[in-house]
Amino acid sequence: MSAQGTSSAASAVALAPHRVGAMVLRYLYLLRSSWPRILELIYWPTMQLFVWGFLQLYISQNAGFFARAGGMFIGAVLLWDILFRGQLGFSVSFLEEMWARNLGNLMISPLRPIEFVAALMIMSIVRLAIGMLPVSLLAIAFFGFNIYGLGLALAAFFANLILTSWSVGILVSGVLLRNGMGAESLAWTLMFVLMPLTCVYYPVATLPYWLQLISWSLPPTYVFEGMRALVITHEFRADLMAEAFALNALYFTAAVIAFLALLKSARRQGSLLQSGE
Amino acid sequence: MPAEPAIAVDQLVKVYGATRAVDGISFALAPGSITGLLGGNGAGKTTTIAMILGLVMPTSGSAKVLGAEMPRQRYQVLHRMNFESPYIDMPHRLTVRQNLNVFGKLYAVADLSGRIADIAGQLELSEFLDRPSGKLSAGQKTRVALAKALINQPDVLLLDEPTASLDPDTADWVRERLERFRKQHGATVLLASHNMAEVERLCERVIMMKRGRIEDDDAPVRLLTRYGRQTLEEVFLDVARGRGEAREAAQ
Repeated sequence: MSAQGTSSAASAVALAPHRVGAMVLRYLYLLRSSWPRILELIYWPTMQLFVWGFLQLYISQNAGFFARAGGMFIGAVLLWDILFRGQLGFSVSFLEEMWARNLGNLMISPLRPIEFVAALMIMSIVRLAIGMLPVSLLAIAFFGFNIYGLGLALAAFFANLILTSWSVGILVSGVLLRNGMGAESLAWTLMFVLMPLTCVYYPVATLPYWLQLISWSLPPTYVFEGMRALVITHEFRADLMAEAFALNALYFTAAVIAFLALLKSARRQGSLLQSGE
Repeated sequence: MPAEPAIAVDQLVKVYGATRAVDGISFALAPGSITGLLGGNGAGKTTTIAMILGLVMPTSGSAKVLGAEMPRQRYQVLHRMNFESPYIDMPHRLTVRQNLNVFGKLYAVADLSGRIADIAGQLELSEFLDRPSGKLSAGQKTRVALAKALINQPDVLLLDEPTASLDPDTADWVRERLERFRKQHGATVLLASHNMAEVERLCERVIMMKRGRIEDDDAPVRLLTRYGRQTLEEVFLDVARGRGEAREAAQ
């Protein structure tokens, strides 16, 4: 790579906090201006919680194992929502720019791609907090399940799940940049491919052997297995968390590289000005 | 020694599949100049501007802004440039003040609240500052877009149809503000437009494009003389319909 090429690549990943802050401010202004947007963040996790919570309650009254493993389903629901809502929080903030036809303004501003991504990551946590904090309190009130009782394990679960959600969000945003709004459905559906494979509600051993191999290549699988180990045997599996972190580091790096490559391809295709279908 | 051009385009080509949207154009714009880019639909004006902005990567050739090659060295100069077009919007739900605040922060504008008050005064936006941008009329939205384009007091300003869909009075008002900004700040302005009166009034040089190529490039007065026409619109029609060469040959 030439010296100029190197400096160009370096400037693309240089990060200025004031520009990240400007983008976060832009999304906070948007959230503040629209109560339906805030309500939507809380609505679906709450529905999920009640459906799975009452199901767990019913089963635990009739089966000894589930009575001992109280909170397994509710824990799974809450952790799945961190994964799913984390990605949605990232992707929806990105989609807001495309819906508003504002991407051209941002792309000709000094905002670096990596600053844009950093702002979207911060917003995914903000949106997640708005949705999950009330729902976690409802879980305590209605089902006596205190996710914060997981302590340090919760921090490890959260960090791994949010890293995976960002990797998926970054990849989807790159595809949207390259292909326009025609790829919007990916933002809403891609994560559901992971749902059966990451074994949210059942152990990995339930899957056929060849699917288990795929399942163990996905970081959330380690989190859900770790959660079940904690709830059922009260054992924190640090080894599972370490493996998940290693896989997440790999996928996150790959997602950022793919995003930058798709952005470059969008510049080649001329799709940054026309962000329609 | 002549000053380095603010914008230098050299043998610029952009190919999309089988279409040559821009076909080997070259021009250089002096600092502080105002130039019109004229051409019919599909002439390559917007693609040319997009390459100068670094939004589109050229197939070959180069576009330099303030000495930086676009898009490779864009971060050296993007803070000194800006752009306005009716084809991109400001977020509708944010108020005018919130939008200007966000873009002012992105461009690291010093004393931002003072600058917003100043530009709102100049563009007569003060009474709309706390209104959502999406609830403004077309003319008001254009003024907000212009305020965003001028928020960082750019050295290079690119405008794509800045007065499209405006009534004649508002369009004239916008032109007057643009002229004033250029004179006060010595900015280089490149303006793509279909509006001949606008180009005639504002521009000291006109580049006429057709099918991705430059068909003519001169001062408006000299174009009128050379084509033997009364208005730039007639010159434009001659170029668009391929009568330019025939007319010049006949003369």
